[in-house]
Amino acid sequence: MSDNIENIELLGTIGIFVSTPDSNSPQIRQQGSAMPFGNTHNKAKMNYDSDQEYPDLSKHNNHMAKILTPAMYERLRSKETPSGFTLDDIIQTGIDNPGHPFIMTVGCVAGDEETYEVFKELLDPVIEDRHGGYKPSDKHKTDIDPANLKGGDDLDPDYVLSSRVRTGRSVRGFCLPPHCSRGERRAVEKLSIEALASLTGDLNGKYYALKNMTDAEQQQLIDDHFLFDKPVSPLLLASGMGRDWPDARGIWHNDNKTFLVWVNEEDHLRVISMQKGGNMKEVFNRFCTGLTKIETLFKERNHAFMWNEHLGYVLTCPSNLGTGLRAGVHVKLPNMSKNAKFEDVLKKLRLQKRGTGGVDTAAVGGVFDISNADRLGFSEVELVQMVVDGVKLLVDMEKKLEKGQSIDDIMPAQK
Amino acid sequence: MASSFSRILSSKRTIGVLTFVGSSVTAGLLLHREHVSAGNPVRRSYPASAEYPDLRQHNNCMATHLTPAIYAKLCDKATPNGYTLDLAIQTGVDNPGHPFIKTVGMVAGDEESYEVFADLLDPVIKERHNGYNPSTMKHPTDLDASKIHSGNFDSRYVLSSRVRTGRSIRGLSLPPACTRAERREVERVVVDALAGLKDDLDGKYYSLTQMTDKEQQQLIDDHFLFDKPVSPLLTCAGMARDWPDARGIWHNNEKTFLVWVNEEDHTRVISMEKGGNMKRVFERFCKGLKEVERLIQERGWEFMWNEKLGYILTCPSNLGTGLRAGVHVKLPLLSKDPRLVKILENLRLQKRGTGGVDTAAVGGVFDISNLDRLGLSEVQLVQTVVDGVNYLIECEKRLEKGQDIKVPPPPLKQFK
Repeated sequence: MSDNIENIELLGTIGIFVSTPDSNSPQIRQQGSAMPFGNTHNKAKMNYDSDQEYPDLSKHNNHMAKILTPAMYERLRSKETPSGFTLDDIIQTGIDNPGHPFIMTVGCVAGDEETYEVFKELLDPVIEDRHGGYKPSDKHKTDIDPANLKGGDDLDPDYVLSSRVRTGRSVRGFCLPPHCSRGERRAVEKLSIEALASLTGDLNGKYYALKNMTDAEQQQLIDDHFLFDKPVSPLLLASGMGRDWPDARGIWHNDNKTFLVWVNEEDHLRVISMQKGGNMKEVFNRFCTGLTKIETLFKERNHAFMWNEHLGYVLTCPSNLGTGLRAGVHVKLPNMSKNAKFEDVLKKLRLQKRGTGGVDTAAVGGVFDISNADRLGFSEVELVQMVVDGVKLLVDMEKKLEKGQSIDDIMPAQK
Repeated sequence: MASSFSRILSSKRTIGVLTFVGSSVTAGLLLHREHVSAGNPVRRSYPASAEYPDLRQHNNCMATHLTPAIYAKLCDKATPNGYTLDLAIQTGVDNPGHPFIKTVGMVAGDEESYEVFADLLDPVIKERHNGYNPSTMKHPTDLDASKIHSGNFDSRYVLSSRVRTGRSIRGLSLPPACTRAERREVERVVVDALAGLKDDLDGKYYSLTQMTDKEQQQLIDDHFLFDKPVSPLLTCAGMARDWPDARGIWHNNEKTFLVWVNEEDHTRVISMEKGGNMKRVFERFCKGLKEVERLIQERGWEFMWNEKLGYILTCPSNLGTGLRAGVHVKLPLLSKDPRLVKILENLRLQKRGTGGVDTAAVGGVFDISNLDRLGLSEVQLVQTVVDGVNYLIECEKRLEKGQDIKVPPPPLKQFK
């Protein structure tokens, strides 16, 4: 019997013969996919029933775990995007990270632009849940015209220590950080360097590859608070974004150190405009000007950003869809932060607090990072407006509390 | 062979005949090296030169041996389960080097990895295992504990004795690559078999997902509980996925025989006791292993093993015997002697801190164990530890009396 097995030659005639529970005929499927990065070796999972593969989410509290059901898993698990990204790839981070103490995490990531289409059955409800009821039929408005922002140039610098706006952009045609190969990641870096090298004037700057920087350059970038390090959060690592670090990762910034681009960290590009003090208007002006210029430079090289009229700008994490925009300040609110109404005020203002080290950190010395909670369904201008108006109010409340006055009469309505 | 094939046909899997384009039947059935197939090549969008990792800052065995030419040759290949070179080397790419040891820098995703990626794995194995050449040599397996002599140490010095190894279940992917269902299958097969152990090996399984707080505390107090790996060497290889699903600990009632399920390998088997009776620890080890093997064979399964590489495990460093026999031993005077490193080297021993790999020694107490894994049998390695530890204790005693010690001669070079 063993001789017969060894002598079977099946050159080019038979693929993987799998009879799935809901089909009557064998499905021929080619092994291998277009992409070399093989987290998709999990095709082996099709050897098992859906029930046998279904993850144990009994202790989990993230958006993916709330939405995924055994029936949905069964329908989606044999699908893959053209580059070979599968359902299990999407949800691995949510399986490995049951919950976060402070925020309801998303628990899934995209490996390419098509992920959002091929796996819409899972991702549309996740997006709806995460983005305040945003429906599959909704359209997202993009507005990066800084003239539309009212005010924002007069936040009190005694309280507002710094202002910052960030977003992300993905280069169409390349896989996203959880899934990209080294070759792809390097190609994204190369394109980005070329495009950024063409910026001039206030945006004239320089690129520092993480693996090539000198000790002196590295120290300067740390001192400027520009340097990003290999992600340590298991939320990010479990999705595969940390692979091959620091290959093809780098930081570009302008000579004035007010406009910064991260290459191949959590997204293809993270674009950041920042400066000390409370002049959010200036920060946003530069942000919009710079972004528009960069987009033009990419288009000149025949590369567009991933964007569509339903999801806006497409990024790795579903939480960053739409604008991908986080506009925030570091603001001193020692009294406000101890006030029982702090969380409620933030909620009404559609704002979010973080520690000054970014996501997953704690506040130090009463200084908080306050930023917009929303990303999708509001335009860039609308979100920055919320931050500007909301922070102004928070500072007013802080001042009142300092004087021992009540803040009840200036409590905001729900935005 | 025939029994393996019929086991595949009658398994709970819903597949028919498991075949692949352009290849012969595989899926872990027949492991004559000549007949293992590489499966259909994976199509790439970029040339190999654009994908070749930057290893210039790296110091691990994979980085030493992965030339651009070998990468180009292997990068399009995959095992029948779809495991690729990029997956195998990811941990070595992500972890350039370890300050104390030259790490291996790659893992196997399944038994076939050792065949499909032999062009890289053979030189890595040769470097790691002192010149052992898998393509020409055979590995001896010997689990006859009666051959050990002088294996009862002075318990004023030796606080505890331990022997561990790993075993993989043939036909199921290894921890870096396994799917959830495969991992659960490993758990089911192993737990089933362990339930058949009797007498001094009678015991109980504690699943990591289901243990009570009380059980967990007891296992911590007994120093049995393993936790989710934090070492990036392991997490970058994908071994921690889906934690703690299908992971668990089995131990006998006497707490001297322990099996870890689905940690770094399908199983890790540990025999241990307080004190210095290494011979008895090894006797129980061999008996337990043979019993477990018998029990899984009754159910139509077997361990991954072949005559070139011995027992197949996830990390190439653990091939052959996968055996680490060691003691916790008090050597306060010797620990300060600058000749200790050379002495250990010539005795083919390794020191670690008492927390295991990646920890430091505390209070002059060391974890001393065999360096070698492949090319020597279990009996040979345990005897090496026994002889070596006896020598170290002699040195310590001499230093206590103010006498001088000698560095032992180096062993004969093992493999040409």
